[in-house]
Amino acid sequence: MAVPILKHGEVLIATIQADLSDRDLAELQDQLAQRVGRLRSRGVVIDVTALDVLDSFATRTLRGIAYAARLRGATTVVVGIQPEVAFAMVQLGLSLDGVLTGLDLEEGLELIARERQHGHVD
Amino acid sequence: MSTSVPIEHESDIVTARQKGRELCAELGFGNTDRTLVATAISEVARNIVRYAQRGEIVLERAEARGRVGIEVVARDTGPGIADVELAMRDGYSTGHSLGLGLPGAKRLMDEFELVSAPSAGTTITMRKWAR
Repeated sequence: MAVPILKHGEVLIATIQADLSDRDLAELQDQLAQRVGRLRSRGVVIDVTALDVLDSFATRTLRGIAYAARLRGATTVVVGIQPEVAFAMVQLGLSLDGVLTGLDLEEGLELIARERQHGHVD
Repeated sequence: MSTSVPIEHESDIVTARQKGRELCAELGFGNTDRTLVATAISEVARNIVRYAQRGEIVLERAEARGRVGIEVVARDTGPGIADVELAMRDGYSTGHSLGLGLPGAKRLMDEFELVSAPSAGTTITMRKWAR
């Protein structure tokens, strides 16, 4: 099932569903890369609230999306990682180094707005 | 009673981890442990798709020393793993991945055994006990 991508001003919002397959993720990566350019987006929020597993492949793909978007001038924030999913990621040895994360969509949009105002935030 | 999920296509990875999560819930696992098991299943199932093309994941209730748990067997008849010790090392991969799949799955479960030989396929048996 494809991931819906909404345009909200200068930000793209992708809401991931629970049964996300590797193919859906790869497609999301392509779609976001295209739209960031076409719509001149400055930010991407990827909402993973519904996702019950973030394994090594999914984490690597999210990181790839964020790095590619940054090279095209957009900031990516991953929001909604569930506590038990975060715990599993730590046990697996996975991290989202260099990718902004937030608790929810609202925080994600705030982070992007702040980065737009002040330049780089760490 | 056991459930076998054939793994032939990448969408089967999702099916396998959903079935694993369901069995964990039936066995009384908490939400965190269900997620750990589902994530470990995702890793071993992806290994089958990536390296062996096809195989199966068998999910079963396990019992030992008065404890109840889940047993996950991931079996394929693919090329096998030449150096099991190396494959279990963090960061080692022959398939352009992070190389955290198998060692990561081992950390997520309580018990993990890998039996493999070149051209004889790979069988991973892993268990987690309900707390």
